[in-house]
Amino acid sequence: MKRANALLPLVGIAILLAIWSLVSFLKLVDPVLLPSPLATFRTLWEGMQSGKLGVDFVRTVVRTITSTAIAAVIAIPLGIVLGSSEKVYRSVEFLIDFFRSTPASAMFPLFLVLFGVGDRTKISVAAFGAALVILFNVAYGVMNARKTRLLAAKVMGASRARVLFDVMLRESLPQTFVGLRNGVSLALVIIVVAEMFIGSTDGLGQRVFEAQQLFDMPAMYAAIFAAGALGYSLNLIFLVIERRFVHWAGR
Amino acid sequence: MSSAVPSRPTGTHDESHRTAPHVTIRGLCKGYTDAVIYDNFDFDIPRGKLISVFGPNGCGKSTLINMIAGLVPMDAGEVLFDGRPVSKVKFGYVFQNYREALFPWLRAFDNIAYPLKLMGIAKRERDRRVERLVAHLGVKVDLSLYPYHLSGGQQQLVSIMRALIVEPEILFLDEPFSALDYEMTLFMREQLQRVFMETATTMVLVSHDLEEAVYLSDHVLLLSRHPARVVEFVPFDAPRPRTDRTMSDPGFVATKAHCLKLFQREVHRG
Repeated sequence: MKRANALLPLVGIAILLAIWSLVSFLKLVDPVLLPSPLATFRTLWEGMQSGKLGVDFVRTVVRTITSTAIAAVIAIPLGIVLGSSEKVYRSVEFLIDFFRSTPASAMFPLFLVLFGVGDRTKISVAAFGAALVILFNVAYGVMNARKTRLLAAKVMGASRARVLFDVMLRESLPQTFVGLRNGVSLALVIIVVAEMFIGSTDGLGQRVFEAQQLFDMPAMYAAIFAAGALGYSLNLIFLVIERRFVHWAGR
Repeated sequence: MSSAVPSRPTGTHDESHRTAPHVTIRGLCKGYTDAVIYDNFDFDIPRGKLISVFGPNGCGKSTLINMIAGLVPMDAGEVLFDGRPVSKVKFGYVFQNYREALFPWLRAFDNIAYPLKLMGIAKRERDRRVERLVAHLGVKVDLSLYPYHLSGGQQQLVSIMRALIVEPEILFLDEPFSALDYEMTLFMREQLQRVFMETATTMVLVSHDLEEAVYLSDHVLLLSRHPARVVEFVPFDAPRPRTDRTMSDPGFVATKAHCLKLFQREVHRG
């Protein structure tokens, strides 16, 4: 029974593939627009194995991870500082919320002027977007540290610095990971968009865009699936790290 | 750090009719925007006794121990422990909400040892002291587990041990068992009584359960509606260890009835 339950997530996949196969077999949609699952996955497999798709995949991974890492290095310490004093956070809250609500893609022209056409622009816009998301979550994690826990540390004679490092920092970790997961997802979105339109020669975004221009539909679907798999895996990796290091979250 | 040997009364405290009070509270005032909770409140906490604080809802039972322990500022007044301010005193505090008072990222053992870490004591010595306390109290809990893997009662027992590890001269407990089910509450009363008999630490217990307040304590401090004053400081001197039999003892029944009468008079005065 348990084993059967473990297979449940496969049901949805099976249904999707079945409908897709049927539609493509009966030619309900122009085969040029919707290739068969087999053709798509063959293209995906070959592209990842030996073709250019694998290279593009790695380029996108490197850019996304780099921008998330830069964002984390800046936003986590800053979030702790801002969150540890509610007054400080309230005084900059509007700025954070405003820029967090500004579509990061609207910042491309500005960053193009600052950094020119190239990886630096893509990575810095993605880092900018991710940093605000991470900052917001870390600051709230610190601010929402359980009052009883802080009080408990205080009655045991903990100094302000000890309370910050031993309690607030740990208390903010679950929320920090929420920020990191949202941040890496946003960074991937921004990187893929940037790869499509900001003079790029590689990356998954570029691969999707190019396949569309050449009307190579199996290649386009393959690149879309590769991007989906990447987004899903990044989220999963952060979840696994979180379970490992924040074992108490939600308990 | 040497163990806290309660110093003998020095006579520096205010003159009072009880001998050798541990804590003297003088002229305590506290108000919130909508009510005066304490107005020139005086009280002496006796040494080496377990006292319960009982009174109508919102009369400021928890506020009282929080002010004594320095967690909540007072508007005016003075609280002295053998003539010293709270900042010079080693005390323990047990919160009602054990789930939020313990550190879930530390194993139960390290939670208990944490106050010693704050005091800068080396790991080996910390471990030795925790093991000594565990053996002393005869606690049978797997302390290598994280708090969220322990039952509510076990978690509260861990918080009590965390409060005791520094060998405090006084222990404050803010409704420590009210988040537990009845079976666990009965068990924890026995544990607390045992800790008290083993350590003879002065204890101040805030309770909303009159049976518990009388059963556990040497004195019940009955407070009035706010502004709170002492309605009566009711003694209960049944021998320890007290058991289920104590609860059907005429002395217990009479004391509890007396407290209840005073309590209801206070409630209806409102």
